[in-house]
Order: sequence, then C-alpha cells, then structure tokens
Amino acid sequence: MAVGNDRGLESALRRRLLMGLAAVPAAAAMPRLARAAGPPTSAVNTTGLAVTDTEVTVGILHSVTGTMAISETGAQQAEKLAIEEINAAGGVLGRRIKVIQEDGASDWPTFAEKAKKLLVNDKCAAVMGCWTSASRKAVLPVFEQYNGMLYYPTFYEGLEESKNVIYTGQEATQQILAGLDWVHKEKGGTSFFFIGSDYIWPRTSNKIARKHVENVLKGKVVGEEYFPLGHTQFNSVINKIKLTKPNVIFADVVGGSNVAFYKQLKASGIDLSKQVLMTISVTEDEIDGIGGENIAGAYACMKYFQSLKNPNNEKFVAAFKKMWGEKTVIGDVTQAAYLGPYLWKLTAEKAGSFDVDKIAAASAGIEFKGAPEGYVRIDPNHHLWSKTRVGRALASGQFEVVYESPELIKPDPFPKGYQ
Amino acid sequence: MLGDYSLGDLGAIFAMQGFAGLILFSVYVLMALGLAIIFGQMGVINMAHGEFMILGAYVTYLCTGFFQSHLPALFAVSFFVAMALAFAAAGLLGMLVEWALIRHLYKRPLDTLLATWGLSLILQQAYRSVFGAREVGVELPSWLIGSVQVTEAIEIPINGMVVMAVTMLITLAVALLLFASRWGKQVRAVMQNRVMAGAVGIDTDRVDRTTFGIGCGIAGIAGSAFTMIGSTGPTSGQLYIVDTFLIVVFGGAASLLGTLASAFSISQTQSTLEFFLSGSTAKVLTLLGVVAILMLRPQGLFTLKVRR
Amino acid sequence: MKLPTINDNPFMKPVEWVSLALLCGLLLVVLPLTLDAFRLNLVGKYLTYAFVALGLVICWGYAGILSLGQGVFFGLGGYCMAMYLKLEASSVEATRIQSTPGIPDFMDWNQITALPWFWTPFRSLPFTLLAVVAVPTLFSVVVGAAMFKRRVGGTYFAIITQAIAAILSILIIGQQGYTGGINGITDLRTLHGLDIRTDGAKLVLYFVNGALLIACILVAQWVKRSKLGRILVAMRDKEDRVRFSGYAVASFKIFAFGLAAAFAAIGGAMFALQVGFMSPSFVGIVPSIEMVIYAAVGGRLSLFGAVYGTLLVNWAKTTFSESFPELWLFGLGALFIAVVLAFPDGLAGVWRQHVEPRLTRRKAPTQSPPSVPAALPQGAPAE
Repeated sequence: MAVGNDRGLESALRRRLLMGLAAVPAAAAMPRLARAAGPPTSAVNTTGLAVTDTEVTVGILHSVTGTMAISETGAQQAEKLAIEEINAAGGVLGRRIKVIQEDGASDWPTFAEKAKKLLVNDKCAAVMGCWTSASRKAVLPVFEQYNGMLYYPTFYEGLEESKNVIYTGQEATQQILAGLDWVHKEKGGTSFFFIGSDYIWPRTSNKIARKHVENVLKGKVVGEEYFPLGHTQFNSVINKIKLTKPNVIFADVVGGSNVAFYKQLKASGIDLSKQVLMTISVTEDEIDGIGGENIAGAYACMKYFQSLKNPNNEKFVAAFKKMWGEKTVIGDVTQAAYLGPYLWKLTAEKAGSFDVDKIAAASAGIEFKGAPEGYVRIDPNHHLWSKTRVGRALASGQFEVVYESPELIKPDPFPKGYQ
Repeated sequence: MLGDYSLGDLGAIFAMQGFAGLILFSVYVLMALGLAIIFGQMGVINMAHGEFMILGAYVTYLCTGFFQSHLPALFAVSFFVAMALAFAAAGLLGMLVEWALIRHLYKRPLDTLLATWGLSLILQQAYRSVFGAREVGVELPSWLIGSVQVTEAIEIPINGMVVMAVTMLITLAVALLLFASRWGKQVRAVMQNRVMAGAVGIDTDRVDRTTFGIGCGIAGIAGSAFTMIGSTGPTSGQLYIVDTFLIVVFGGAASLLGTLASAFSISQTQSTLEFFLSGSTAKVLTLLGVVAILMLRPQGLFTLKVRR
Repeated sequence: MKLPTINDNPFMKPVEWVSLALLCGLLLVVLPLTLDAFRLNLVGKYLTYAFVALGLVICWGYAGILSLGQGVFFGLGGYCMAMYLKLEASSVEATRIQSTPGIPDFMDWNQITALPWFWTPFRSLPFTLLAVVAVPTLFSVVVGAAMFKRRVGGTYFAIITQAIAAILSILIIGQQGYTGGINGITDLRTLHGLDIRTDGAKLVLYFVNGALLIACILVAQWVKRSKLGRILVAMRDKEDRVRFSGYAVASFKIFAFGLAAAFAAIGGAMFALQVGFMSPSFVGIVPSIEMVIYAAVGGRLSLFGAVYGTLLVNWAKTTFSESFPELWLFGLGALFIAVVLAFPDGLAGVWRQHVEPRLTRRKAPTQSPPSVPAALPQGAPAE
C-alpha cells in the first residue's frame, strides 16, 4: 500500500521535475540578460530604499544568541544559501543582493528594535526573518508603520494577514487538518490526547485540531495538557495518557521539553511503533537533540522533509550541505526560509520594481516551481498554497514520507468554523 | 474524571503515579544536594549551579560517545565511568572557581550571587561555542532503556529507577561525609564559627575549597544522571535554578534532612497536581504554595539552632 | 571624629548639582541634538531601564535589600499602561473582522467574548495612570510586608523575589486569553487619541521620559539625604542596633522596596509607550537580574551612576551583539564578575577615586575631603 503510494508520488514528482527543469534554466538565464540592461534605479525604486545601480539591500533578522538560536540557525542558513544562489545567477533586476544581518537575541523587544533599524536606517528592500510568533507579533507593527516587507518562514497559528508579510510556512489548518484526516483514516484515530507547550501556537493549533476531531471526524479528545516552556518532567502526564488510552497522541511540545518528553515516553514503555503519536513540532532539526532512537515511529505532519525525493530537493540538500557542512540537517522551517528570497526575487521581477507597495500587490499568484517542497504559489492572502505531508520518524533522524496530500492546500488563516 | 475506569486501572495508575512522584523527588534531591551543601553550609549562593550540572551532562555526552566509538564492548558500563568523570570535572572546576572568585566574597553573600551569575553566563557561552547551540542527545546503553513490567498494567521506567538508586547512594554518601567523617566535622565547625574553627587549627580555606568542590561535583553527577531523562543544551541549566533554590530554602538551609523533606513534599505536590490539573497550573500552584509557606515560615521546614 | 548631622547635609552638594546639570544637559540637550530619531528612541528605551536601576540603588545600595524580581514591577507597570493602549487600539471599528468586535484581538483568538472585569477600568486614562504606579507598589508592599515583618532578608529575600518573578511569568504566559500570553500585548497605536508611533510623538515621549527620570532622581536624592536615608543605611549595616534603638525596621524596608517598585513601574509604563508593546519577557528572572547589573555597573550607591550604568551596558550590548554576537555573553559575564571583584562601586567609584580628586585638586585645593560616616563600609556613599 505504502509502496504503491510512493510510486504514484514519484511519478507525480517526476512530472513536476520536468516542469521544474524547464523553469530553472529560464529563470537563471533571464536575470543575466537583465543585468546587461538592468532597469534604471529611478524606475525600480521610487521610495528611497537602499537600491543602487548594482546592489539591493536585504535584511536577515534571526536570533543568533539566546534560547531560540538553536531553532533559528537553520532558517538563517537557508536564507543565506538562497541569496548566494540568486547572486550567482545574476541577482534581482540586474542587482546583486547585499545582506545586512541583525541578531534578535531571542528577545522580542530586540526584534522590534532591530526590525526598525533594518527598515529605517538600512532601508532594506525586504527582510527575511523571525521565527517565533512572539517575535513576528513584535515586528509586525514596525513593518506596517514603516512599510517594509517581511518573509516569515515558520509554520504558525494563523489568525493574521498583513500586506507587509509573506508567510512562507503553513498556517495551522494547512498543517494539521490533512494530517488528522490521514491519521483518522489510516490509523483509525478516534480518541486523541493533546499535549503541548504553553503558548499561543500549540493552544491555537490544538483548538483547531479539537474542532476538527469533534465536528468533522466525530472522534473525541480525551485530554488536553499544557506545560511551561522548558518543562522537563512528563511522567505524570504520561501516566494520564496511559489511563485515558487514546488512539492518537497529538503533540506540539517545543524546544528542550521535546527531548525530555520523548525520552520519558520511551522509558515508560509506550512503544511508538504501536501507539500512534502525531507531532506538528518535531522536524529533522529537533530530532538531532531528541535522538532518533527515542522518537522512531512517531508521525510528523509537515510540508517538507529532507528525505523528499525530487530533483529540486536533492539539489537543495546538496547545496545546503556543501555550504554548511555534511552533518547539518534540514527541517521544514529551513526549507520555508529558503523560499523567501526566491519568492521575493520572482515578485520583484514580475512587478518590475523593488517598491514595497508594488511587491505587496504583485505577490498574489507568484509561482515558484523550483521549491524543494515542489510547486508553491502565493495566495492573495499572502500565505502559500502548499501540500501537507506525513512522515514517520526513523532511528537515523530522518523521516520516511508516508502520505502526501494530493493537491496543494489553500491557506486559510481565519478558518471558519474553527475559531 | 476517575469514574470511568476500573479499580485495577486505578490501582495501577496510582502506583505508577506514586513512582512518578518518587522519580521527581530523586531529581529534585540530586539537583538540591550540591546546592544544599554550598548554600546551606557555606552561605554562598551559587547561581552557576545549573551550569555545573550541564558540565556533568556534557562530560557524559563526550564519555559515552568515546566509549561508543572506541570501546563498544564496555558501552554498557560507560554511564558509571561518565558519572565519575562528571564528578571530577565539575568538582575541579568548582575548586578553581572557589579559589579565583568565591573566596574573595565570603563576607558579601549578595555579591557572590552576582558574580556566579556572571560565571553562569560565561559558562553558557563556552558550552555554546564548544558544543554548538543545538541540544545534544546522549545515547543510552540498551539496558537503561525501557521499563520493567511489574504487573500487567504497572510499568516502571528503568532510567527512573537508576536515577533513584544514584540519588540514594549520593545522599547516603553525603550524610556519611558530613556527619561521620573528619571533613564533615570540620565543615560543620567552620560553618558554626569560622574564627573559632581557625583558632583550633582547622585550615578553613582548604575546608571551604573542598566543600565547594564537592558541592559542584555532586551537581556534575546530577547533570550526568539527567541525560537519561532530559535534554542537554547550553541553557538547560537555567531551567533548574529556581526550583533548586526553592527546594533548599524551603527545606531550611543548613539542614540535609530539611532538603530531603522539602524535595519530597514539593515533588509529591507537583506530581499529584499535574495529574489532576494541567501542567502549567500545577507548576504555578506548587510554586505559589512554597512561597506562601515561606512567607509564614521563612526559616524553612527544618532549622538548626546556630548561634551567629 | 565628628559625625555629620542632618543639618550639615544640604539637599545636594555643589558637586552633585553639577552632576545633575550634566545629566540634564546630556539627556535633554546633547542626545536629542546629536542622535537620529531611531537612536534616540533606542536611548529612550534604555532610559526606561534606568528607572529600575535607580530603584535598586535605593533598595539594594542603601537599604541592602537585593531584589531579583524588579522585572515583576517593571512588567506590571508596563502591562497596566499597555492594557489602556490596547483597549484604545481595539475600537469596534478597528476590530470589525473579529467575532467579538471591540475587544483586544488576542482575546478574540482565545474565544473570549466579553472584556474581562479587570480590563474594564483600564478604559479610563486617569485610572490607568494611577494603576501604573499603584498596582505594582501595592503588590510590592504586600510582598514586602509578608517577608520583612517576619524578618526575611538577605539571600532568602533575593531567592523568593526570584521565585515570584518565575511564577508571574508562567502565569502571564499561561493565561494568554487575558494577558496576550508569550506574545505580550502588541500593536499599540494611540494614547488618548494621539498617535504614539510617529517620530514627533516619540520625541515628545523621550522628553517626558527624561523629565520623569530626573524627577525620580530628585525624589531618590531627597530620600537619600533625609533622616530616612540615614536609617536605611544604618539598617543595612547593623540591622539589630537600629531595631533596638526603637525603629520599626520592617516598615523602612517595605518603604524602600515599595519606592523601588514604583520607580520600576514608571519605567515599565514609559517602555510600553515608547516601544509600542509589552512582553512577558521582562517579567522573568533573567531580565530581573540583568537590571541589577545596570545599578552595579553604575555604582550601587550612586543615583546618577544608575543612569550612566544602564546606558553604558545597553550601549555595549547593542554594539557588541551587532558585531560580535558570540562574544557578548562572555563580556556580560565578565562584567558581572569585574563589578563585584574589582569595582564594587562601579562607575561612580572610578569617578570618585580617579577623576574627581584631580578636578578638585586643580579647582579648589583647600576643599576638605568628603566625610564618610564611620559606620559605613569603606568607599560608601559620598557622592
């Protein structure tokens, strides 16, 4: 069954690959032509951004220090890789991208401060950055006030839509619903136990998941638990899980708590090859710390896995490892971060301008065929259409893709019936 | 919520829940023991205590890694070697810190707090530079993974039992050291009256240094043991620090028995509350309870009558 | 040796008037003229932390009470202000797309359909301004009374305040429907109809902030120079003697702690106004301890030092974290240790020992050396 599915998947991917291959040389060739006769600066920059005849400035804003540095490293590396590739292929509208990087230091006010610096002092044409919802919420008013453009890579809770932000990750319904449907159909998931870290993303995600389980799947939620960020003692909740005997454990625990949770789960005798566990918070990055042997058998619901088999991805993985080392792993957010610079480049070329208003207006409908995750498109609500995939964690720390939604899923940041 | 379950189920859950509380108790005791010695006996607030634990954890990480690649045959016992090394590494660093930093500050306890906080920042960044910002996982020997099936429904995690055993051994060792050895007598004498202790010929400087070293060494062992149940990252140490201090203060500084009693009551409260309420609420309620009791009884649960 | 009496102490010595004038000149003239709007706003943000450092000088430096939970009061003050601003930004028209218009957006996301009771009074600006100072101060008085009446002090007090900071941050993050959770209260727009996001408004807020800071310095100076300040110092050095002399030691401690909390709260409110949002990341343990270092670097006994220390540490943090992010923590850690081991009196101590003698030698060689009360430890307050 799974094998058949994979075959279908592969041939679908091969078809897309052909499309992608056709697109790549064209995209690579075009800017080189454009560089020879790049449009004059006065035409592409009417609002005083940092654009010269040869350069355009882009900001990168992630935490290099502090607790979030662990998570944000990959995103920042992917953005640099994408920018390097774009520069090697001739830049954007005939201009090389110059990067200014700032450290958000895992501190939300610092994010706001640095965002303001990037927009007001450095006049960045676009900023790739932020990871947590809190940091995005902190910089959002800054981007709206000073009319900047932010490419935000993380899967997040939704409930937001801004002219000044392109969300290259999934919003909650895109990430969760198809996965729940799959676990219901394939694994007979009817009773669910939710466990998450205590902040807005797990709570909102679980809220959406609960509505879906109760109203659509006609199942029930037998428990819903939240722990402070950084909590490391899960024995009590594991007992509770044993008592309530759910078909499916649905986990959105983040950060260091993850490690403790999966280690203790394993030690308590819950065998993930028998007990279905679906997580929306563990990517290849997190498994690095958890240890593959502790989480093998769990299912993760993402739009991208490093093990995806398609030429775009193979090229991306190879380039990433070449730039950042053989041992690095690539998670969902890292890939989404990689999309940011490319989407911005494509939009600027379509708009024929770096002006933020024109970029914002031209974003709807932008298609990127070279994405490692496959074809993506920007919706008028500035989120991406993307697929949902389910992967099974292997002891090696990689995921084996067991399901892929047949179609791209429409982003729906304000889902009706789920609020 | 309990009405729907059979008696057998309930019995099993209560047994496992009791055990979960005991594991938490062991974790708390391990965290607090080193601090109880340093804070309780010496009056020094060591804010870098968490970082000494993490040092132990990283030593364990390196050590098990070494065994895995060079001595796979002995991998099963690598954990004990790692613990000994963790004790030595953290202890030596502790003695160094005492010599360089702490001994200048015995008269200013609040200042040791700031200085050791600075030390903790430096250690965190050092770990980050050496081991990277990502958390590292320690691979456990196979005999440490999984659980023991006691009855059909009761399963006890093996690593939890190991943590408990380690805790008991260390506690016993500390109690013996403090109350039955020459060193323990000297430590207690210095604590009660430093000048007098010096006058009767006790080398108070040396006693201070070994005391601090042993306290830090125990923290190292704790960190080593925690790799079995938790994560190891540059900033993991900070997660423990508040809990640890509260346990020591709640128990009444300077009292080993108090530390045990407070770790026991806090862990049982928290694990019971966690079972009936949500995790976050349980944590807040436990901390609130501790603070409330401390306001009513600031000297903690147990106190020694000491003339100062 | 003749001990100085209260009458010998004018409100401020000449050298202190000069210091005050220098600080006013720097904050209100030099910085606004030399910095662009962005950097000035940044300085404004740093100066809000100076309120906390100032409170710590009184509470820690003079009264000897080290609180590791000042972030709690900074946060409470900030949250009170932010609640008012958020309500103003959540008018029915502005929140039309919500299922319940007219309440803050994060409440709507958390299925709260009516404004919680404790939010309602914050629709009024006068109430808010009162609450900004009153709520944190009352809280500090309750905490202080509970502890100081039972003679909890020193390290115990430090650890308990730390635990309170931990509890409050878990509470705020956990109750996200009512508090905005870990995101905090964001997207604040107007104060009583005036847009606080424009450069002009930020400039005005900067001056308000500066003026408030100087007012707080004057209040602290008054406390320091009054009999009250003498008792605080005496209490720090020999608590029992003060108690046996018939003073209610606990009340004085509660006062010092409450004053520090009130200062911190004003800082928090100004922070919310200038930065445009409030986040629970200030309430935790780490920022609370970091704020202690501002006071320590400036000199724990120097009111002006608190301001300079705050500016210096934050300036260093911004500069170093921009150019050498990896080195910043090493630097900060070393700073903590250096301030404790080598410069216990911080910047103010360096100034007094090395700069001031030269100035006075050149200007007025006949001036008598500053008189240090005998009971004080060496190098204690003689600004």
